[in-house]
Amino acid sequence: MQAPPVEIHDMTVAYHRKPVLWDIDLTLPKGRLIAVVGPNGAGKTTLIKAILGLVPLASGKVELYGQPFHRQRHLVGYVPQRESVDWDFPVTALDVVLMGTYGRLGWFRRAGAAERDTAMASLESVGMTRFADRQIRQLSGGQQQRVFLARALAQNAQIYFMDEPFSGVDAATEHATVSLLQELRSAGKTLLVVHHDLQTVREYFDHVILLNMRLVAAGPIETTFTDENLQATYGGRLTVLAEAAEAVRLGD
Amino acid sequence: MYAAYEQVESSELAAPSAWWKSWRFALVAVILTVAAIAYVAWFRELDDRQQRALAWVTLVAAVTNVACATVGCFLLLRRMSLMGDALAHSVLPGLVVAFIFAGSLNIGFMFVGALAAGLATAFLADTLNRRGGVPADASLGVVFVSLFALGVVLIKRYTGGAIHLDFDCVFAGELDLVGISSNKNMSVGPFELPRTLVSVGPVLILNIAVITLLWKEFKVSSFDPALATAMGFRAGRLHYLLMALVALTTVASFEAVGSILVVAMLIVPAATAHLLTDRLSKMLWVSAGVGLLTAVAGCALARLIEVNTAGTIAVTGGALYGVAVLLSPRYGVVSTLLRNARISARIVREDMLAMLYRLEELATDRQLGERQVVQAVGGGLLANWGLWSLLRRGDVQRTDRGLSLTASGKQQASQLVRSHRLWEAYLVEHLGLPLDHVHEPAERIEHFIDERLREQIVADLPAADVDPHGRGIPDAPGESRS
Repeated sequence: MQAPPVEIHDMTVAYHRKPVLWDIDLTLPKGRLIAVVGPNGAGKTTLIKAILGLVPLASGKVELYGQPFHRQRHLVGYVPQRESVDWDFPVTALDVVLMGTYGRLGWFRRAGAAERDTAMASLESVGMTRFADRQIRQLSGGQQQRVFLARALAQNAQIYFMDEPFSGVDAATEHATVSLLQELRSAGKTLLVVHHDLQTVREYFDHVILLNMRLVAAGPIETTFTDENLQATYGGRLTVLAEAAEAVRLGD
Repeated sequence: MYAAYEQVESSELAAPSAWWKSWRFALVAVILTVAAIAYVAWFRELDDRQQRALAWVTLVAAVTNVACATVGCFLLLRRMSLMGDALAHSVLPGLVVAFIFAGSLNIGFMFVGALAAGLATAFLADTLNRRGGVPADASLGVVFVSLFALGVVLIKRYTGGAIHLDFDCVFAGELDLVGISSNKNMSVGPFELPRTLVSVGPVLILNIAVITLLWKEFKVSSFDPALATAMGFRAGRLHYLLMALVALTTVASFEAVGSILVVAMLIVPAATAHLLTDRLSKMLWVSAGVGLLTAVAGCALARLIEVNTAGTIAVTGGALYGVAVLLSPRYGVVSTLLRNARISARIVREDMLAMLYRLEELATDRQLGERQVVQAVGGGLLANWGLWSLLRRGDVQRTDRGLSLTASGKQQASQLVRSHRLWEAYLVEHLGLPLDHVHEPAERIEHFIDERLREQIVADLPAADVDPHGRGIPDAPGESRS
């Protein structure tokens, strides 16, 4: 049997010794559109960064299709939070999307005509062809978000990690984006999406991960996205974990 | 999916038009040509010895400036502009240790020492920041000052006065001596070159080579380090590589041009280029060009007013930056003023059109004269010019009894009045404003409502044929043609 897209085993992640994610055990099923849901500071972004090897693990391991991440980079597409980059950077929308092809090019090789075609096709599938040559500051928030989405498409991945692709986006873009994500899922891709709007989880996604410093629940929407689990995720019963984390940080 | 959505999206965020670009380009071209002719004329007046000295100084300064300006772009974009300043100071202990080992000012040892000290600075600052929780600016500030001080202590303690800190030299370098004093020269093969050129030249070539080779890696790791790292281009390693280049550039340039110019040239051309361009490759070219230009202009100016060359070059760079601030297409003061003036002019023109339209709508025979129309929109230069351009465009025509709208003027005016009255209706319907509150806001907003928004308002209104005051709302262009 093929290994699952992502398998996390007993993973703990800490910043400055303070744990922000505790003992996560998680297996993501293939070909699902998965929402990561939880309150602010629950470690949603950290979960993605830990899987992508961007923050060190305090313990545990992560495997993508049965291999460590550094051997599976080419299978991964990444959409960071919009605020994480400098939009005054002197690049056009097309330049940003081209960056999605860099991973497969490897060191030293420059992007050529083939990569340009890939990038233009990605821009087209998010309806941004007209804006290809525009500097990215001159795009609206929704357009910037779509450029990031196109860049992830250009990575031509099997698993996509998206950190709040709907933040600062108008309703029309949000709907178009959801259709695109669902199309990717139909093509057998796995998508992990950090999502803030509890109202739309049921409508957009088919799988959910409820996170609040530890894994509260993970599974299909119908069985997992329940009032009880939401209460456990958002309810204020986490004082022990928070205090323990603080104690570790202080070293007492 | 996105296709239907894209069509209705407004294109208000239009990129600067070609006309804009071309007048800027023409202006710069004219100024540069005039300056070049003046420069050549002046240069030919100099005697032979002066010419040779100036040429060498300019060459050394230009090579140094371009070497700094290229790596400077990446420093600026990574928000590390002050790293150049920091490295220019903190390489000192490395240089001193290299001197102690080599026993002389050997260029090879100097490079190694500077490289080690430069990387140590970057590493210490980074570690303090990440592990120690010290803010990035504070950690860098502490590290470079401490290392610089360590360098001073080492000089006093171990070199026994063999090196004395010549502050003039530290600040301003030996640029003024290049090409004059022959003991600053070095034989390379059959050529007699200034020593400084022998150290700066290879660094320029190295910078260009590394940036060319790792172009996309530097680009992606500067823009989005997380993505770069996830793709396997470790942003951390590229950071140290860049720091190594900056340290080498700093040391090589240091002797030639002194600390002021090194620090200035790492930041100023890059900042100028950032204002003027929106592509990374263009930014590097413009930055190098600005470096070159400041070198030539600064050396000539220094000769003219007989002051320190390095300082003059740095001041010239600052002045060029000032010009860029005024003229930059995106953020420039002049551009903003012009843009505002164009909007004001458009509003005045549109107000006149709408006024004439309302007058004709009343179906009286009365027509206004030019003076009256100009006075009605507030008079002044802008109003006169607005009327003149309406007449020139053929939106308004002169008749024997005054002014009247042409067909095209009438078409534009009807859409303005449509915007105005739709907005009034919208305010009354959805915001519940009383009738006497809706005219003025509509008067302001009518200039900014486009066809798409008008249709959206129509869709939100129960009826869109009469405004709240009972006046007819003109049809949309498609309807009126039928």
